[in-house]
Amino acid sequence: MLDSAQVLHVARLARLEFTDAEIEKLAGELSKVLDHIEKISELDLAGVEPTSHVVDVVNALRADEPEPSLSRDVALASAPDPVDGGFGVPSPGAA
Amino acid sequence: MSPAYEPVIGLEIHVQLATRTKMFCGCELSFGDPPNTHTCPVCLGLPGTLPVLNARAVQFGLLIGLALGSQIAERSLFHRKNYFYPDLPKGYQISQYDVPLCSGGGLGDVRIHRVHLEEDAAKLVHVGESGRIHGSDRSVVDFNRGGTPLVEIVTEPDLTSPEQAREWLTLLRATLKRLGVSDVNMEEGSLRCDANVSVRPVGSDQLGTKTELKNMNSFRYLERGVRAEIERQIGLRQSGEPVVQETLHFDPASERLTPLRSKEEAHDYRYFPEPDLVPLVITSEMRGQAELPELPAARAERFQRELGLSTERARELAFRTELGDYYERALAGDGHDPITVANWIPLLVERIGSDADPAESEVTPEALATLAGMVAAKEVARDAAREVLTQLVADGGDPRVIIEQRGLESISAEDGGLAEIIERAIAADPDAAEQVRQGNMRAVGPLVGFVMKETKGRADGGEITRLIRERVSSGS
Amino acid sequence: MSELIDLSAAEAAKLTRAGELDPAELFDAYRARAAADELNAFTWVADAVPDGDGVNGSPLGGVPLAVKDLFCTEGVPSQAGSRILEDYRPPYTATVVAQLAAAGAPLLGKTNQDEFAMGSSNENSAYGPVLNPWDRTRVPGGSSGGSAAAVAAGLAPWAIGTDTGGSIRQPAALCGIVGLKPTYGACSRFGMIAFASSLDQAGPLTRDVTDAALLLRHMIGHDARDSTSVPFPGEIAEPNAVDLRGIRLGVPEELAGDGIEPGVLESFRATLALAERLGATVEPCTLPHAPHALSAYYLIAPAEASANLARYDGVRYGLRVDAPDLISMYTRTRSAGFGPEVKRRIMLGTYALSSGYYDAYYGTAQKVRTMISEDFRAAFECFDFIVTPTSPWTAFELGAKTADPLAMYLNDFCTVPMPLAGIPAISIPSGLSDGLPVGFQLAGPAFSESRLLDAAFALEQAIGFDGSAARR
Repeated sequence: MLDSAQVLHVARLARLEFTDAEIEKLAGELSKVLDHIEKISELDLAGVEPTSHVVDVVNALRADEPEPSLSRDVALASAPDPVDGGFGVPSPGAA
Repeated sequence: MSPAYEPVIGLEIHVQLATRTKMFCGCELSFGDPPNTHTCPVCLGLPGTLPVLNARAVQFGLLIGLALGSQIAERSLFHRKNYFYPDLPKGYQISQYDVPLCSGGGLGDVRIHRVHLEEDAAKLVHVGESGRIHGSDRSVVDFNRGGTPLVEIVTEPDLTSPEQAREWLTLLRATLKRLGVSDVNMEEGSLRCDANVSVRPVGSDQLGTKTELKNMNSFRYLERGVRAEIERQIGLRQSGEPVVQETLHFDPASERLTPLRSKEEAHDYRYFPEPDLVPLVITSEMRGQAELPELPAARAERFQRELGLSTERARELAFRTELGDYYERALAGDGHDPITVANWIPLLVERIGSDADPAESEVTPEALATLAGMVAAKEVARDAAREVLTQLVADGGDPRVIIEQRGLESISAEDGGLAEIIERAIAADPDAAEQVRQGNMRAVGPLVGFVMKETKGRADGGEITRLIRERVSSGS
Repeated sequence: MSELIDLSAAEAAKLTRAGELDPAELFDAYRARAAADELNAFTWVADAVPDGDGVNGSPLGGVPLAVKDLFCTEGVPSQAGSRILEDYRPPYTATVVAQLAAAGAPLLGKTNQDEFAMGSSNENSAYGPVLNPWDRTRVPGGSSGGSAAAVAAGLAPWAIGTDTGGSIRQPAALCGIVGLKPTYGACSRFGMIAFASSLDQAGPLTRDVTDAALLLRHMIGHDARDSTSVPFPGEIAEPNAVDLRGIRLGVPEELAGDGIEPGVLESFRATLALAERLGATVEPCTLPHAPHALSAYYLIAPAEASANLARYDGVRYGLRVDAPDLISMYTRTRSAGFGPEVKRRIMLGTYALSSGYYDAYYGTAQKVRTMISEDFRAAFECFDFIVTPTSPWTAFELGAKTADPLAMYLNDFCTVPMPLAGIPAISIPSGLSDGLPVGFQLAGPAFSESRLLDAAFALEQAIGFDGSAARR
């Protein structure tokens, strides 16, 4: 029930690319999984609150006190393209 | 603007909170520091990290909601707003969606739709801004700003003109400043304002298609941008063309709006409740600690009501807390007339600069009040008093002493010396005198100027004018 | 050497604390075995014995610990089984790992896992599959396959892993060891590379229940850096029950009949009979929404994962595939860096959250989740523990289920209900079926870990499972 166009749309949202063959395969696999999952729509869940948090805690707050930051060297240590003390990326505008 | 259409404007304001640390981690807030010197695993979005909410940011959000008369949600939730951009390290922004901290409320004539908490994105610097060429087309990300606590305030589309938008934003800014929750500096980015603009036929209650205006980072730009867009939309509608829903970017250099190239199809943010944060419950203790000071709108209203100030003067003094405070201290002494003293504050501001705090100047509130009183009592002429004020700004002191020392007591009409000087003025410029005699009042200028110079401004300009006219009319 | 590795972790700790065993010798013995690993259980092994400071007299006695790769360990590769984090070395250490090291369990090595904890067979690792020590043509289970195989094969005295839908319990069952998923919030998630935030929990994989209790005792605790963590009420006691008198066991018909392999069912029923002989009452119960738990799980977990994995974008760390523009960089990086199962789940999750589908999918799944929690709450009014087979089948052959994602997902149907409800559950080996281990699962109410471990201990002693064959 998921066609290639929908798969393509979702892939774009998720920043993933696939070959045409992969798209078709995914459409089949995801459809099969969704078919199984769809059964939950048959349940009577009227008036049921969705669980947003399974732990019964509220107000986990932190005092507004500074904690040491990383040194810049450490912050950039794993950067694929460190430049001028910052993280280099291809320009968003360039397309 | 065409009378056939009316503008409908809503504002979306982002306020950076003046906490010490970021929304979800203990990195210190900064402005202008070297890039990436205030980051940690959490605000860099490193694998395995988790957010923890800043209690003071909550307190500030609560204060804002209370100041705007909003309904405070007993229990609110955070949501993830999902999209990809280099300034968004986690690939989602933690914000609030359908259960925000505050709903409703109002300020002045404008209703508030909602107020909620969220984190700021980092800063993306494009090639060219720093003037450096990095080779291929590239941008650089600085995460110092990333994670700064923000409050987003969304108004209802109640604004009806660019001027009103500017004025209302001024009031909001003054209110937030008074609360002490933010630096609210548009140039530095601690106050940011986007506008949603549409037009509709006058009298209609349907809303037209709206566009979103971004990047207006000063009050002037806001007014200009909104005005330009209203004109553009009216132009379209009048030619029968539709308004397309889009986002427009204000360019400060050209002061024009250009459509933002859409990076992708319309965003699908796929909001869902943030599982790494637990619900926020506003306790009575939090409310108890949220004491509101007297806010600018209320103060202005009090100045009008209790002190008799005009609406304009009341707002001028109330919308800048420092001015209002100084003014009230000036009134604290005996026998000072509120309106008189109020009229002298703007003159002080002229001399010290509109960004300066009068309390930090050399002019004590008492001195200003005294000077204002002396002018009202005609003990010193207006022009002489202005000179005294200038000297007070430079050196401080007591206005009475300065006036005495410099011999600036006013010269009145009864003073014989004045009549003599007026004679000399007429003699020096008979043509002007003749003009005045014939009813051309504009010609009196040079004559008045002569007398002012001779009296060193100690006579009141109005008085001088009156005496010159009398003298001239009575025949030479 | 063989005597050394025959010691349980608790036994070894006792000896080191008494000065009768040199912790450095113990560490080195295990380090050598881990380095010689033929099961591909480890992705990184320490190359030196750590300094002895703080080990002597510590509760965990310097007994070395294998740590699933998705726990951040400062300066040490933490790759979560993925190419996108190849050789990534974090600047900080996960709270749980730091706590355990401070308690005297130094880092032995990082263990292989299904990529980003997504899988039930450890065949989804970018670093190759892990082999089951009982039969190297078979899978060890997943996603904590490396940790389970390492403990079962005696390459590590104990290990920690993570459990989201069964990723500790199921590999424990397939490898014949003990695995426990604690109550949600009991252990800090700070430093655990996230898969599904509302389900993930760290937990022990050990040779026996006593070791599991000892390790868990030092894993729990409120962490100010994890907003969802809670203080654990009381301590984790050392288990010592000799019987199960007064214990009421409930067997949910939905999770102990259809879909379970005959050999597994036989072992399960034999264990129930044993429990009765130990004094427990065993009765059927119902968890009406349990048949839908898998569906709810495969909507909620991928949805949260799709957001948790958005940070792997090539900007700040990890793999980057160069491209002339930003969107291409993102797309090529993520497509090259993620394996097929991860991509599948990101796609599923993104779809479930997307505009127009949220209510039908994610929204509905969260309601099903509420009902599952309710089912357990009702059941625990009549029963102390709910018992099921841990896995519907014993270890399957490598490649047997990789063609059909749905078939793979079905591995989890007995283990997913517990994380959805946030409750603790333990798997202990109950016997062999055709020479392969079978796991028995006990689940209890939130924070019932001490009682759970106690009951598991009594059962374990009575079962008398011998896992030493896998250690040769």
